[in-house]
Amino acid sequence: MLRVEGASFEVKKGRKKLVILDDVSFSVKPGELVVITGPNGSGKSTLAKIIAGIETLSNGKIILNGQDISTKDCTERARMGIAYSLQAPVHFKGLTVRDLLQIASTSGETFCGENLAEVSGLLEKVGLDSGQYLDREINNSLSGGELKRIEIASVIARNAKLVIFDEPEAGIDIWSFNNLIKVFNEMRKNSPECAIVIISHQERIMKMANRILLLKDGKIAFDGPSGDAMKMMRDTQ
Amino acid sequence: MMDLDKIERDLMREVSGVTGIPEGAYNFRVNGKSIGRHSSDKIDIIPKRGKSGIDIRIANNTRGEIAHIPVIISASGLKEAVYNDFYIGDNCEVTIIAGCGIYNCGADDSIHDGIHTFYVGKNSTVYYIEKHCGIGPGAGKILNPTTKLFLSEGSRAELLMEQIKGVDSAKRLTEAELKKDAQVVIKERLFTHGKQLAESKIVANLLGDNSSVDIVSRAVARDYSVQDFSSHIIGKAKCWGHSECDAIIMDNARVNAEPALDAQNIDAELIHEAAIGKIANDQLMKLMTLGLSRRQAEAQIINGFLK
Repeated sequence: MLRVEGASFEVKKGRKKLVILDDVSFSVKPGELVVITGPNGSGKSTLAKIIAGIETLSNGKIILNGQDISTKDCTERARMGIAYSLQAPVHFKGLTVRDLLQIASTSGETFCGENLAEVSGLLEKVGLDSGQYLDREINNSLSGGELKRIEIASVIARNAKLVIFDEPEAGIDIWSFNNLIKVFNEMRKNSPECAIVIISHQERIMKMANRILLLKDGKIAFDGPSGDAMKMMRDTQ
Repeated sequence: MMDLDKIERDLMREVSGVTGIPEGAYNFRVNGKSIGRHSSDKIDIIPKRGKSGIDIRIANNTRGEIAHIPVIISASGLKEAVYNDFYIGDNCEVTIIAGCGIYNCGADDSIHDGIHTFYVGKNSTVYYIEKHCGIGPGAGKILNPTTKLFLSEGSRAELLMEQIKGVDSAKRLTEAELKKDAQVVIKERLFTHGKQLAESKIVANLLGDNSSVDIVSRAVARDYSVQDFSSHIIGKAKCWGHSECDAIIMDNARVNAEPALDAQNIDAELIHEAAIGKIANDQLMKLMTLGLSRRQAEAQIINGFLK
């Protein structure tokens, strides 16, 4: 499904080069749930953005279903079946929740949820009442938790082959964490071929994973089954 | 519908939503002449003598009625100033749908100056919708609307004024004078492109206690177009005034926003907000990760913003 080969990402800071990702390689199979974890600044979000096509690799390759997509932009990757949930949801003046979910469910090659019932259903899945939210503007009148849930709904709407969530638990303090876990479980049940990559620090999310990737200083420090990772992390604490 | 060609019919639909003879009172002005006029029991439309325009007299207690007064210009080089005066009785709730569309395929500028004056009776509400657009490969499509509002005690006016596309030059002036407990909401949407110029000046005089004005202007300027926006709220009583001007600037456009507040009473509460900026990159990125191209994402953001 997804192969990341020797991925490196550097930025210039004054005269210095800052290495954010250093020769990162891993793969994700269809139906697999992989959690990427690691300390702040270890390169997790950058890695997610590189897979989604928002940032461009300095070196290396991204392969999706055997095809090198390293030079494809994020629109092309979205149309090829990659969905990406941002850590910090974006505000829009004028665009409503309905607009966003309709764009998400009808654009590109993936297609689902074109009608009101399905768009409403997406909101119900993330614990929001569609009657109250569909015609709200996606602006700062919504709380951080509400925006995050709408962000997650927009990604579920994609019905994608590979879904990347960047810290989905961040900001959803009011919404019970159980609902989020339920969303992931439902996705796995309803789309058994869909690969899910979650950037998270939450133990309950890590326990759901088939595999854990631990990033440290832009390198993979561990890549293995969830149980082994949890044990290793407990031992090193 | 009436005696209009396809272009005129399309323009009529675009600026006023009219596709046939509407219910209620109407006056259709095409190329400087009224081609259809109808008064209802409670809304009387009378042509002015000695100058272009109509008087629209609305009886007390008229509720739920709509009057359509669209203007179409398809004769290149036509220049007109039209004076429409609205006398709205007490305790009314009415909707006025205006709007002007110009099609110009000739070498001379077509100009429509529409001067609308509203006298709104006590405890009445008027909704006013005005849409402007221009099409055709010819010379200038120029629209200069003036809207004056005199709001009696306890009355309310809600204005939605849109300039959607193709207007080469516009000088917009909106003035409101509010008595006790009167309210006005002014929503303006301006889109300019090419080398168009648009100027909008809004002046609200809050004269009576508990009067209020809310001005919300959203504008998009692209290509080499220039927009000049100013709002001036004058509070002479215990009142509330708010002006919000938001603009998206693109390409080589220029946007100038000057909101001004003038409090002349210690209980006048006046606020202004103005923001000009390009389309945020994170907005584009979010929509692109949903499968839209950059161009499609831009269009969605602009459409939403001007909605």
